[in-house]
Amino acid sequence: MSVITYREAVKQAIREALARDERVFVMGEDVGHYGGCYAVTLGLLEEFGAERIRDTPLSESAFVGAGIGAALGGMRPIVEVMTVNFSLLALDQIMNNAATLLYMSGGQFNVPLVIRMATGAGRQVAAQHSHSLEGWFAHIPGLRLLAPATIADARGMLWPALNDPDPVIIFEHAMLYNTEGELDDEPAPLDISTAAVRRTGSDVTIIAYGGTLRTALGAADQLAGDGVSAEVIDLRCLRPLDAATFVSSVTRTHRAVVVDEGWRSGSLSAEVSARITEQVFYDLDAPVARVCSAEVPMPYAKHLEDEAIPQVADVVAAVHQLGA
Amino acid sequence: MNETAGAPTSGAEGRSADGDHLVHLLSEMLRIRRFEERCVELYSRSAIRGFLHLGIGEEACAVGVMVALSPQDAVVSTYREHGHALARGLSMRAAMAELEGKVEGCSRGRGGSMHLFDAATCFYGGNGIVAGGLPLAVGLALADHLQGRRRVTACFFGDGAVAEGEFHESMNLAALWHLPVLFCCENNLYAMGTAIKFTESETDLSLKAASYRIPAWEVDGMDVLAVEEAARQAAEAVREGGGPHFLEMRTYRFRAHSMYDPDRYRDKSEIEAWKERDPILALTAQLSDRGVLAEGDLGRLEDAVSAEVDDAVAYADAGTDEPLEDLERFVTSEVSAGGSAR
Repeated sequence: MSVITYREAVKQAIREALARDERVFVMGEDVGHYGGCYAVTLGLLEEFGAERIRDTPLSESAFVGAGIGAALGGMRPIVEVMTVNFSLLALDQIMNNAATLLYMSGGQFNVPLVIRMATGAGRQVAAQHSHSLEGWFAHIPGLRLLAPATIADARGMLWPALNDPDPVIIFEHAMLYNTEGELDDEPAPLDISTAAVRRTGSDVTIIAYGGTLRTALGAADQLAGDGVSAEVIDLRCLRPLDAATFVSSVTRTHRAVVVDEGWRSGSLSAEVSARITEQVFYDLDAPVARVCSAEVPMPYAKHLEDEAIPQVADVVAAVHQLGA
Repeated sequence: MNETAGAPTSGAEGRSADGDHLVHLLSEMLRIRRFEERCVELYSRSAIRGFLHLGIGEEACAVGVMVALSPQDAVVSTYREHGHALARGLSMRAAMAELEGKVEGCSRGRGGSMHLFDAATCFYGGNGIVAGGLPLAVGLALADHLQGRRRVTACFFGDGAVAEGEFHESMNLAALWHLPVLFCCENNLYAMGTAIKFTESETDLSLKAASYRIPAWEVDGMDVLAVEEAARQAAEAVREGGGPHFLEMRTYRFRAHSMYDPDRYRDKSEIEAWKERDPILALTAQLSDRGVLAEGDLGRLEDAVSAEVDDAVAYADAGTDEPLEDLERFVTSEVSAGGSAR
C-alpha cells in the first residue's frame, strides 16, 4: 500500500498499458515534450519514444478522428483532449464516427478507442475551460463514459477501457489531479460498468460522480454530526448508467439527492432523477432533490465560481430540506 | 465480387491483355452507370428512400483509382459512394439490398445509400459528413505506419470538403507524419448547390495540398485512363514510403446533387457541355477506334451488366427486413468488456 496522487495513478495506468500492449499509443496536444497539460504523461516520451507518445497539432477533430481510424486499423489509441471544452472541436468525430460506425456498418467496424479529457471547475479558469459537459456525451448511444473519482479508479479504469471493443471516454476532474490517496501495490482488476457505494447509510442516498464525489462525502460527514445517516453512491460509469445500484439504495433510504457539476437543465442529474421516479416513485418519502451548477457560464472571480458549483453546504441543506 | 451474373469483363477471343484491361475499365464504369440509373427507377417506385446521391458522370474517378489499388489497401469514401463501392468490389447485390433497406444489405439496412460498408474489401464506408472521412483515413494510415504494414489508404472527398477545417487539419497531420494516404479529391465544381467560385478564394485545389508539402496534381476526371495513370503513380509513391499524395480529379455530375435537388443553380448548357465528355462514351469511342471493341462487344457488355443489375434488384427485392427486436443490435459490440448492454 502506498500513497500516490491521482495524477500519478493515471500515469501508472498509461505506463502499464503501454508496457502490456504494443498496440497502445498516446496522442494529443502537449502530451510529449511538454509532459501533458496536467503533467500526466510527463516522462513517458523519454520512456516510450515519439512513435508511441505523439505530440499533435492543435487539431482536435483530426487527431480524435485519427484515433478512430487507428483503432479501426488495429491499434488501441489513448487520445488525450486537453479539456472537455476543447472536445467540442472534435464532437463531429466522436458523435458521427466513433459512436456511430459500428451501427451504421451493420456490426462490421467497431472502434476500440479511449479518449481522456479533463473536466470541471475550481481553478478560476473561467467560462471556456471549466465546464462539466459529461451530460452532453451521456446522451450519445454507442459511447461508454467513465468518471474515475478515486485513486483506485484513476489507476484501474484505463486497462478495461482499452479492452472494451467500443469507444470509451474517461473524464478526469481537473481538481482531482493533486489529490492523494492510498493504492494497493497490486491493484485488483476493476469493472467499468457498475456504480459503487462509497459510504453506507440509511436516511438518504446522495448520488455523485467525478469531482462531486468529494463534495458528497464531505456532506455525509457533516450530516453524520447532525444525526443523519447518508449513503453515498459514486456513479463511476455515466453511460451506460448503472441505475440498479442507486435505485436499490433509494428503496432503502427513501430519499435521494443528486449532485452534479453540470448545469441542471437537461443534465445527468435529470437522468438519474428520472430513473428513480420511473422505477421507485412509491418508495420515495420526498421528491428527488438536485444540487447542480448555477446556469451561468463559469465566472472567473473566486467567490462567484464557488457560488456557481455544488458545495458541501448546498448538499447538506438539500438533504435537510427533504426532512432527513 | 460479383456473385451471379459473371459479367465478361475480359478474356474475349484474340484480345490482348492490355485490351482486356481497357474493356474491364469500360465494364466497371458501365456497371456503376447502369446500377445508378436503376436506382433512379427504384426511387421513383419508393423502393429506395432517403438521400440518394448519384455519381453519374463521375465514374472514371472511381474506376481509375480503384484499379490502381491492391486488395489489402483501405478505402474511405463519401456519401456519393456507390461507384467507389462497386469498383472496389463490394457486391452489387449487397449494395442494392442496402439501398432497399434489407438485412441482406452490406450494412444490414442500417446505413442506406450514404453508408455502404464492407470489411471484406476494406471499404471503410460512405461518410455523410463532408470531410468527416479524412481524419479516419489519416488514422488508418497511422495504424499501418505503426504496425509496419505497406498499405495505401485511399480517401475520397469532394471539392466541398476543402472548405472544412477537417480537410486542412488532416492534410497537415498526414504530411507532418508522412503517412501513406492517397487523397482523391473529386472536384465536380459544386458543393451541393453552390459553385466553387462562390466558396473558395483559391479554386486550384491541388495548390492547397501542395501548401502542406504534399505532392499534388490535377487530372482529367472524365478520362479513366488518365485517372488510372495518375492514381498508379501516386499509389506507388505512397506505397514506397513517399508520404501522402493528392490527386485533384476534375469531374462533373450529370444529375442533381440528390433526388431532392431541383438543380436550379447550373446552366443547362454547362451540363450539356460536360455530357459531351461523358467518360463512358469517350472510352467506348476510343476502344472502337483502336479496334479493341469489335462489332457486338459493347452490346454483350451492356447485356451482362444489365443482367447483373437485374439480379441485384431481384436479390434486394427478395430480401428480408431486419427483425424489429434487433433494432438495438450493433449500438455496441456484442461482447463488451464492460459486460453490460448499453
